[in-house]
Amino acid sequence: MSGLLDALLLSAGYNAALVAIGAALLGFAAGAAGTFLFLRKRALVSDAVAHATLPGVALAFIAMVAAGASGRDLLGLLAGSALSATLGLLAVGWITRTTRLSEDAAIGAVLSVFFGFGVVLLTVIQTMSAGRQAGLESFLLGSTAGMLFADAAVIAVGGAMTVAATYLLRRPMTVVAFDPDYARAAGYDVARIDLAMMGLVMAVTVIGLKVVGLILIVAMLIIPAVTGRFWTERSEHVLWIASLTGAASGYVGAAISATAPALPTGPIIVLVATGFFVVSLFLAPVRGVAAALVRHRRFQHRVHLRQGLLALARAEPIHDRFTLATLARAGLIRPDGVATEAGRAQAAKAARDEHRWDAARRIHQDTALTGRYDGLTPIEAVFTADEIAEFDRLIEGPRIVAASEPVGAR
Amino acid sequence: MTHPALELAARDGRHISGADLADSPLAVRGLTVSYGQKPAVFSLDATFPAEAMSAIVGPNGAGKSTMLKAALGIVPRLSGEVTVFGRPVEKARDRIAYVPQRASVDWDFPTTAIDVVLMGLYRDLSLLGWVRTRHIEAARAALDRVGMADFAGRQIGQLSGGQQQRVFLARALAQNADLYLLDEPFAGVDAATERAIIDVLKSLKAERRSVIAVHHDLATVPDYFDHVLLINVRRIAEGPVADVFTAENLQATYGGRLATAHLGQLVPASAPRTT
Repeated sequence: MSGLLDALLLSAGYNAALVAIGAALLGFAAGAAGTFLFLRKRALVSDAVAHATLPGVALAFIAMVAAGASGRDLLGLLAGSALSATLGLLAVGWITRTTRLSEDAAIGAVLSVFFGFGVVLLTVIQTMSAGRQAGLESFLLGSTAGMLFADAAVIAVGGAMTVAATYLLRRPMTVVAFDPDYARAAGYDVARIDLAMMGLVMAVTVIGLKVVGLILIVAMLIIPAVTGRFWTERSEHVLWIASLTGAASGYVGAAISATAPALPTGPIIVLVATGFFVVSLFLAPVRGVAAALVRHRRFQHRVHLRQGLLALARAEPIHDRFTLATLARAGLIRPDGVATEAGRAQAAKAARDEHRWDAARRIHQDTALTGRYDGLTPIEAVFTADEIAEFDRLIEGPRIVAASEPVGAR
Repeated sequence: MTHPALELAARDGRHISGADLADSPLAVRGLTVSYGQKPAVFSLDATFPAEAMSAIVGPNGAGKSTMLKAALGIVPRLSGEVTVFGRPVEKARDRIAYVPQRASVDWDFPTTAIDVVLMGLYRDLSLLGWVRTRHIEAARAALDRVGMADFAGRQIGQLSGGQQQRVFLARALAQNADLYLLDEPFAGVDAATERAIIDVLKSLKAERRSVIAVHHDLATVPDYFDHVLLINVRRIAEGPVADVFTAENLQATYGGRLATAHLGQLVPASAPRTT
């Protein structure tokens, strides 16, 4: 445990600290770029892009070995992956444009073909005698064990550049994601902005290959964005929350991975991000599951209270246990089911409001006003005092509930 | 140097003076748009007058929205020229504000009413620039003008259809444009919103701006608009409402889809009402 604490405090050694910072920057960039991917509803395209990197990595390795190098130069491998990812992206676009296939079919085709080809190439590489092929498969799930300073620097610089580019493009990308027709009319070059967005996604994918791996990088693009969506109704805030939870996931995940080098880094980072997601799913105000549950209970309570009061006013028996409990808790009926003083007064008011609504519908033909009758909205919130006085004249004043008969069913 | 549209018009033998075209907030010549092999708009000519309210009227599928979208470059043109105040539309974007059909966006998008209006001001901001107080004030003023100031912080999906339409209009107002193009602004909105929107549009006209709207409610055309373009894939008629909005032209536009008795009610019998 103290090992993890050391890693979190960046005191587990120079290399581990470097990796943690690099992973945090990568997470920040992935959260930022992923927000726009999520808003534009192109999440699956990034999965195709990620899987399309594999043949590029393998071919770059083969090319470097053929040129007499060890084949482990990270920049070279990333350049190869970027190239084949671009091909994959273009292939998805081309298939969607020129055939009748929908985008999801195109994504499925490109993803499996590129990934399959990549796996075949990896198998070929295993049989090669030259080069240091061990560890190439770590690009699948990510590994920070034995990462070099140069590798970490590449990740950090690439992440920082992606963040800067995302920041510059955030407004055009927001307009295009929200309302592409309007954006086009306003003179935004929608195709180029979309291309730039996919470029950012590709940059995150490529620089994330070493840390998170190509299979799970899509999770780092999407999970922080949907986490942010739970907490706010503003895209700018989604962007910040996604970036920060992405960074935190990268940092904590890399620290945990530093203490357990046998585990692949990618899945750990993704699990940390999922932790943020699950917490948000349940606890976020307004959009979270718990908040929705509370809101539903409150609404149910209001409905039962209102129904109970109207039943009291009409001296009808109440059979619903929940209604009885609600009335009793509010002090409107006694335990034996007889209405209290307060209960009779409120029941009278509820009944009077119903009559007022009836009168309102007779007087006002404007459905915009009377249409707001839902049984729960107080009439005072819709009509002015003098209008209500007019209704009262029509309904001959408030009515009082009859004597104290018990209303609970026995 | 003459504009290609002018040459085209001259070759066709139509007599359109350069002054007309230069003044017109939106002029299209020979516009054809097609989805697949079927033209949605065919060889359409139209010259909308400046500082007026114009309607584009026609049956469903007549290419009303398509024509507007093609003029703005939202859908590609197969042929034709589009000029805005005498210049190619691409060079006059900053003078145009567009209010798309309400159905075109995702209502669960994380954005509030004021955020949407601020999008109308993004073009004034450099990539690095911040949204400043004056931008927020301009956005609030635009929301206030459509009666939505109290809903500035509301997520866009939590507004009623009419309120959403007002927010879209406010976004266009914030752009402070010379030409307002609206696609079915009154579709699916409540009566109060329709009144609010038409008041704003009339005030735009009073400010000497031009308004062009795709419109589907024949009954309100004489009340709301000065100029009308009747289309059904091709142009049927175009001109001042008093001259063009006749039973004969409507029958030609809608074919058998309008009952004659219905037509009689729509078109003012003698002198058209003035707005």
